[in-house]
Amino acid sequence: MTAALMDYDEVLERFEPVLGLEVHVELSTSTKMFCGCANVFGAPPNTHVCPTCLGLPGSLPVLNRAAVESAMRIGLALNCSIVPWCRFARKNYFYPDMPKNFQTSQYDEPIAVHGSWEVQSADGSTFTVGIERAHMEEDTGKSLHVGGATGRIHGASHSLLDYNRAGVPLIEIVTKPIVGAGRRAPEVARAYVTALRDLLRALGVSDVRMDQGSLRCDANVSLMPRGSSTFGTRTETKNVNSLRSVERAVRHEMGRQAAVLASGGEIVQETRHFDEATGTTSPGRRKETSEDYRYFPEPDLVPITPSDEWVARLRATLPELPWQRRARVRAEWGLSDLELRDLVNAGALDLIAATVDAGALPAQARSWWVSYLSQQANSRGVELADLPITPEQVARVIALVGAGALTNTLARQVVNGILAGEGEPDEVLAARGLAVVSGDAELTAAVEQALAAQPDVAEKIRGGKVAAAGAIVGAVMKATGGQADAHRVRELVLALVSA
Amino acid sequence: MTTELTRLSAAELAGRIHARDTTAVEVTQAHLDRVAAVDRAVHAFLHLDARAALSAAAAVDEGLRRGNPPASPLAGVPLALKDVFTTVDMPTTCGSRMLQGWRPPYDATVTRRLREAGVVILGKTNMDEFAMGSSTENSAYGPTRNPWDLDRVPGGSGGGSAAAVAAFEVPLAIGTDTGGSIRQPSAVTGTVGVKPTYGGVSRYGLVAFSSSLDQGGPVARTVLDAALLHEVIGGYDALDSTSIDAPVPPVVRAARTGAAGDLTGVRVGVVSQFRGEGYQPGVLRAFELAVSRLRELGARVVEVSCPSFDHALPAYYLIAPSECSSNLARFDGMRYGLRVGDDGTRGAEEVMSLTRAAGFGPEVKRRVILGTYALSAGYYDAYYGQAQKVRTLIIRDFAAAFERVDVLVSPTSPTTAFGIGERVDDPLAMYLSDLCTIPANLAGNAALSVPAGCSDDDGLPVGLQVMAPSLADDRAYRVAAAYEAARDAADGGPLAYRVPALEVVVR
Amino acid sequence: MTTISRDEVAHLARLARLAVTEEELDLFAGQLEVILTSVARVGEVAAVNIPPTSHAVGLTDVFRVDVPRPGLTQQQALSGAYATEDGRFRVPRILDES
Repeated sequence: MTAALMDYDEVLERFEPVLGLEVHVELSTSTKMFCGCANVFGAPPNTHVCPTCLGLPGSLPVLNRAAVESAMRIGLALNCSIVPWCRFARKNYFYPDMPKNFQTSQYDEPIAVHGSWEVQSADGSTFTVGIERAHMEEDTGKSLHVGGATGRIHGASHSLLDYNRAGVPLIEIVTKPIVGAGRRAPEVARAYVTALRDLLRALGVSDVRMDQGSLRCDANVSLMPRGSSTFGTRTETKNVNSLRSVERAVRHEMGRQAAVLASGGEIVQETRHFDEATGTTSPGRRKETSEDYRYFPEPDLVPITPSDEWVARLRATLPELPWQRRARVRAEWGLSDLELRDLVNAGALDLIAATVDAGALPAQARSWWVSYLSQQANSRGVELADLPITPEQVARVIALVGAGALTNTLARQVVNGILAGEGEPDEVLAARGLAVVSGDAELTAAVEQALAAQPDVAEKIRGGKVAAAGAIVGAVMKATGGQADAHRVRELVLALVSA
Repeated sequence: MTTELTRLSAAELAGRIHARDTTAVEVTQAHLDRVAAVDRAVHAFLHLDARAALSAAAAVDEGLRRGNPPASPLAGVPLALKDVFTTVDMPTTCGSRMLQGWRPPYDATVTRRLREAGVVILGKTNMDEFAMGSSTENSAYGPTRNPWDLDRVPGGSGGGSAAAVAAFEVPLAIGTDTGGSIRQPSAVTGTVGVKPTYGGVSRYGLVAFSSSLDQGGPVARTVLDAALLHEVIGGYDALDSTSIDAPVPPVVRAARTGAAGDLTGVRVGVVSQFRGEGYQPGVLRAFELAVSRLRELGARVVEVSCPSFDHALPAYYLIAPSECSSNLARFDGMRYGLRVGDDGTRGAEEVMSLTRAAGFGPEVKRRVILGTYALSAGYYDAYYGQAQKVRTLIIRDFAAAFERVDVLVSPTSPTTAFGIGERVDDPLAMYLSDLCTIPANLAGNAALSVPAGCSDDDGLPVGLQVMAPSLADDRAYRVAAAYEAARDAADGGPLAYRVPALEVVVR
Repeated sequence: MTTISRDEVAHLARLARLAVTEEELDLFAGQLEVILTSVARVGEVAAVNIPPTSHAVGLTDVFRVDVPRPGLTQQQALSGAYATEDGRFRVPRILDES
């Protein structure tokens, strides 16, 4: 059943969209939040568990200091205040992927509060997103639903539980209501999550792979009728697994809710499920009203009191944050606002900057990422950052071209090889035999051959038509599969002809 | 010889074993024989592992034979462990059907420390289900009987541990105390039971009932034995975030010093709230007698009023059930323990509900529902929130009292052992046993019960409760040891030996 | 004031995933009513400015280092399970998406 959607322009005429974004980040610490089990992805089931993360009777939690520091650094990077005192609370509900049937989380005493952040959206305009809080909690295990058609819950005959992920540290970042984005609401949502992802990557606290679940986004959407200042009822949409989905989910919900309201209906406060294929949302479990989490302070853990010294020490470890970098590269590379905006939109800025850090010149780094690599990303349907090539590798390729070991054409083949997983630039070059041929012996032989095949060209050159050498160069390039050093070939042609 | 060995204190047994006058194996066997003889009547044990015990005893003997020093002052001495601590080689049932036959894949820290100390664990003792109760009648495996009168309760929740010690089945036992579950059974069985300062003994591997109140502690027939055991199990544990990173208070030294019998200059406060209506007259008289003994030993006794203690019981019966409703949520049949109703047609939620209905007894269910209520939206402030404020007041009253006195004393429990079946249908009446013990759990400070003779109206044991500030457990031991020595001198011997002879089963 | 109805007990039992019989509903409602009346006395304490205490022990900032520590083997982890399949805990079908 496809829900009716109101025309987008009409939505904006009649309503002001209000958004709330909740992002969960899985930290890349070595161990879990409350126990010493390794924090790894993809291991055989139930091989990284212990009494604590399995919730065995008698087990107790002990807090991972590195996770707390990551939480604090995230808060600082978002311009939040780090509270002087906070603690954990139990969120009580029953679900088989939660071994204790409560989640150890933070309720009304989160570690970081009241930040704000300037986000740049697609058209270059900035939007300030208020950060309500960032808090620490633990992840659940993973369930596999067996017996149903799609591997989803409906129709399954039983479920299988793997608790390797149970207890992995999670940071939940909650925005304040995002109001005033108007028609740009979907882009602002996407820009926020994108910027957050880049920030977290820059902090080095998480792998931030939406496709692997280390970055998850829930989108809350409500509509406020124009002229009113009372927020409407909101829905929460889950299963938003990519940046593009963030934008699509928000846009869809806006249209759907507007249609409901316009026809005199009411928005049900509910959790909805985003469907990638259709770009629509459908109702999930109606749980918010009937579930009472009965929060109370976690008695097995003691409060945390971040000192000013600790906070200052962590603040000093923050890397150049994305907007700081943007300001700096703009000045250093002499970019215009428009050029900078294009780079940011393409998700290329950090990649280019990293490539420059690895030794490449800005212009060349930019050129590679913005043209050839962007094409590759588009054709594969992935984000630039998810291409299987690193800035360091790109810098190496650029260096090889600069040293004359590769032409641009050959360089593209090397890049193709890297993207295909064949290895590092030098390995691919050697394995595929792509090196520029510049040895005089080889080239001389090729030139002589070409001259022999086109005797009239030699005459023309001797007669003063130097440009005719181009035909020989072309023939040699063809004969060497494009791997000849064209400049050297030309020199040799002229030398041989006049000899 | 055999009978004689079971009559000795742990300190005496250890002395003989380490001097190689007897062997740990001989001592263990003597106690196993005693268990075989009397436990059918007492039912203190849920699980006994003779083979493992004798093997552990033999290892102690072997070490001594080679000239190695004993692993601890209690190496070779037998002990009974309340079935709430995890053990890899024995089931851990917590007195519940929910965990019938459950073999944990890990040892509790307390278990591990006992093993490393060379203490010989004979088996696991009976208890009120998940430590909820004051009589051990809530055990899913049948009640334990009080060796002083087999038709009476041994107290609870740790009735099994106290009865095992009182019946000379073991000289030592471990219990846990959340609202009085070590001290009250000790009071009604004529044994010594100690609740250490909260955080003084690791809770890792102690199946949680009420996390901010639970504390493991020693049960013995003498104050010195309890102190020796306290020093074996106590101390910092990195696996328990609420564990105190400080040395164990010098309780053995305090017990030895106290035994000299001089309490000159020690200021003792009698809690005025713990008397009056609801208190058995014979208990009050025994208590007064104990207090006058303390005076004779040189103590300065004054009355101290702690008004908030009147609200301790209701606060406890909000905090404990609230925490327990959360702690027991994990028992749902999905990962371990009982699973009921999984016939292929039912969903997980339904199987969880059926499992919990079948696995939990009525007292546990009552407390889970009560706790769920107290924490629920709209009720939290009035109930749980309020109770936490009462807790603050209790802590303040203790702090104020300890400005004026060194220890506080009271009867451990308002009555002597009541009859089996007498209070099962009246939860509130049952809860009243904990009246005097609860404040120390809420405030976290140290408290113990030492035998104070028998009530003159029914001839059953009465306990004297001694309470000390947090981390000053040694103060309580000193006063208790002095009192014990004086009392034994006056009575012509320890109370424990006056327990009636139990019907011995001859096989 | 502190009346707890049968319906309320049924609701709480559902929250706590505890199947209760009709008889138990009546019995518990009655018993809980008595207990609640008694514990409601905590409200008598004029506790306007008194901070709640959730921990008697005054510890703060207890951490562990981010270094792996051996845990359980898969076999140990599954050892108490009623049913397992392919190294995982097997549970009845979950009817609701979380």
